Amino acid sequence: MSTLEVAIEGIGVWSPEVSGWDAARAALGADTVPPATASRPAAESLPPAERRRAPEAVRVAVEAARQACAMAGRDARELPHVFASCYGDPVVTDYLCATLARAPHELSPARFHHSVHNAAAGYWTIATGCMRSSSAISAGAATFGAGLLETAVLCAGEKTAALLAAYDVAVAGPLVDVNPCRSVFGVALVLAPSSPRALARLRLVPCAPVRSGAELAPEPALLHACHRDNPAAQGLRLLQALARREPVLNLAAGPKLNLRVEIMS
Amino acid sequence: MPNDFGAHPLPCWIGRVSGLDEQPLPEPWAAWESRNHRLAWLALEQDGFGEQARAAVNRYGAARVALVLGTSTSSIDSTERAYRELDSDGRFDPAQRRSPVHEPHALAAFVQTLLGTTGPCVTIATACSSSAKVFACAARLLQTGMADAAIVGGADSLCDSVLFGFNALELVSRDPCRPFDAERGGLSIGEAAGFALLERPEAAAAAPRLAGYGESADAHHMSAPHPQGLGAQRALEDALARADLAPRDIDYINLHGTASRQNDAVEAELVARVFPATTLASSTKGWSGHTLGAAGILEAAVTLLAIERGFVPGTLNSRTLDPVCGAQIVLDNRTRRVRAAVSNSFGFGGNNCVLVFAGSA
Repeated sequence: MSTLEVAIEGIGVWSPEVSGWDAARAALGADTVPPATASRPAAESLPPAERRRAPEAVRVAVEAARQACAMAGRDARELPHVFASCYGDPVVTDYLCATLARAPHELSPARFHHSVHNAAAGYWTIATGCMRSSSAISAGAATFGAGLLETAVLCAGEKTAALLAAYDVAVAGPLVDVNPCRSVFGVALVLAPSSPRALARLRLVPCAPVRSGAELAPEPALLHACHRDNPAAQGLRLLQALARREPVLNLAAGPKLNLRVEIMS
Repeated sequence: MPNDFGAHPLPCWIGRVSGLDEQPLPEPWAAWESRNHRLAWLALEQDGFGEQARAAVNRYGAARVALVLGTSTSSIDSTERAYRELDSDGRFDPAQRRSPVHEPHALAAFVQTLLGTTGPCVTIATACSSSAKVFACAARLLQTGMADAAIVGGADSLCDSVLFGFNALELVSRDPCRPFDAERGGLSIGEAAGFALLERPEAAAAAPRLAGYGESADAHHMSAPHPQGLGAQRALEDALARADLAPRDIDYINLHGTASRQNDAVEAELVARVFPATTLASSTKGWSGHTLGAAGILEAAVTLLAIERGFVPGTLNSRTLDPVCGAQIVLDNRTRRVRAAVSNSFGFGGNNCVLVFAGSA
């Protein structure tokens, strides 16, 4: 059976309830749901002009990515990266479609170029000066698991440390009836092929889904209470397993693909 | 053809695939209806590709076949339509509440349903480099043993978002696009879909090879290329290094060549700086228009045809080359042996991907 081994060097998390790995670890370890205290991420790594222009989806992705790089002690310029999001920027999608239906000639050029799925990755490269491989992916409800696999493959295949940033924000307008994401969540991981400063090592094994679904990692209270419909927040299952030092969990990586994650400390 | 797309066609030219409006998806797939999925269906069932893909799924097992597709706008044509047909409460008409269609991953989810793969399945959406990067992603999946074969490709179809969006950015030409022409006035938008089956070289000895790939970011601007093309050059050098080839080994380059003022100037200077005069280069967007997220797979196919047929396509519509162009860029079709060839794809967000293909070993 094919497996991949990677080390986790850094973790970033942003949601209205928790910001940073320390806060997330405390909440997930105790399986509690902290009150929502923040309304938007600081996104300190963006230069002031970009920070003013950056939509929420960009800010949450960039904030989580910044935290993970800081914890890893890695220069962001050296890290090829994968930005994973199921819906990208649904606020811009709503604006585009509403404007096109009403007055197509009034479409804003700036908001059009924000509509590309790689807007967050593009902002990240501009903010950090990173010129390495930059990807933006989507994989529906399994976006987090697919993003973890994609980043681990990048890490192992290119023999380099790599950054994953997974994020989804609340869907706006009538699209919410079909894409029911109602929360904001971002998570980032710095992975490396091997590392003396690893927080944990992961062995990833793609496998067929278990029939009952009961073997999927348990749903953390924070996921259940605040982020059930947020595909990026599926990452909370991995974070809780790390916080609780669980030895193994299963993540969805596709409709018919699971990722068995063995955690070795 | 002159633009006749949508209710308020802008005065420009488009590369429109004929007959899509009259070819609904077969009944079992009706819930997936969108212009993009019709186009993907059409491409999948051409040239016996669907049969070959299904044969690979049978040969390797569904779990060992990856599916990696690129798209920039997915089925937003259907989302645009749903917004035009909102009910009196401002909500989607029930006929348009088809969840899987209105998200970026819709294309890959649809094709996965058609082909029955259960291995890694991911959508790459990095604007106009999307369906070039699928080759790099798939190569890594094979290299790391996560799959034994990969179906790659992409689709992007005409929609109001890109026609009015690029128009708002003042990047659309009123006349058919003229890549690298001194008088070029911007791009023409097109639509395309394409697929390729990747296997390890030992499993397909007679097939052409993906010899190398390079990926990079400009780290410069969301919608304008790096003025010296540093990101593009980095991707090119990475691709050539992986292929273990020097610039003089490249017989043909299919350029990104959108016919925008900036892209073509930067790309022409890069080619003139790096390649000898014996390398021929052209943009084929005069034929197809800029097919955005599908440009990578469409132009990979053109590049592979150049290798297979010993044929270098010219740069259609262009008459007088911009003085920044080197001797490499050709206006007319040429016949020549092509052993190794490069395809360039550059996208918004400063996202670059360069592929190197070579004839069978």
